[in-house]
Amino acid sequence: MGFEKFLFYCFAAITVVAAGMVVTRRNPVHAVLYLVLAFVSSAVLWLLIEAEFLGIVLVLVYVGAVMVLFLFVVMMLDVDLAALRAGFVRFLPIGGLVAAAMAVQIFLVVGPANFGLEAFPKPPAAPAEYSNTEALGLALYTEHLYPFEIAAVILLVAIVAAIRLTLRRRPDTKYIDPSAQVQVKKGPDRVRLVKMPAEGKVETP
Amino acid sequence: MITLADYLILGGILFAIAVAGIFLNRKNVILLLMCIELMLLAVNMNFVAFSHFLQDMAGQVFVFFILTVAAAEAAIGLAILVVLFRNRRTIDVEDMDLLKG
Repeated sequence: MGFEKFLFYCFAAITVVAAGMVVTRRNPVHAVLYLVLAFVSSAVLWLLIEAEFLGIVLVLVYVGAVMVLFLFVVMMLDVDLAALRAGFVRFLPIGGLVAAAMAVQIFLVVGPANFGLEAFPKPPAAPAEYSNTEALGLALYTEHLYPFEIAAVILLVAIVAAIRLTLRRRPDTKYIDPSAQVQVKKGPDRVRLVKMPAEGKVETP
Repeated sequence: MITLADYLILGGILFAIAVAGIFLNRKNVILLLMCIELMLLAVNMNFVAFSHFLQDMAGQVFVFFILTVAAAEAAIGLAILVVLFRNRRTIDVEDMDLLKG
């Protein structure tokens, strides 16, 4: 067993244990943190098979942005955990059964018999000057340019939708009206002189 | 030597765990979203593994798009969740029966 294989088993075990924790923890904050662990260790697994750019993107974008968003929402919402846990034990046997059946089926299809080293030998290591980011960028900006632009539009739509959904106008908040601001005329709109009676003489001790 | 089957089996196990999570936490919308993220991670694992063992960049490009769409989905899903909580004071799936379905 080579060192690569050893690393693979270490991080695969961490990923699987963390995924198991995600679905069984009582506290959603702990579940999000275990999901972060699962993402980080799978980023290491991606680095092992020379997908360097995606591994880094998974940590930066996914853990750094999406998971923090999850954490933010989980901490913001004051949910009744006990009520949401109801039915956990009742569905444990059927959930475990379905998961086990699915895992066995997947193992039978993609096991070493069909996708072992004989069918898919390990490709030679990339040369030292090879850049995964460069190769991905070349593919992305030439062959897959149209899907890339559609992905950008999807992100824009997501931004607009998320902001519109969560935007809330409180009636008691004071807003500046920019249109009224620029229409201000010189003179009475801008300065208002107020006449006030002068203060009487104050006794100094 | 790492084989393609190792990665595919790992992806399969992750996917099965995520399916079990959907069964177990079927009332909590946040955990359902997180299980969907786990499923997408399992799928991405397969794409990256095939991309490496077939020496084809298209797999990694596809993972890139999946990450984009998953980020958009998570953002909109969480926004809907926040609005739901603001209106109903709960995120229980069983309480979402306004449409009488």
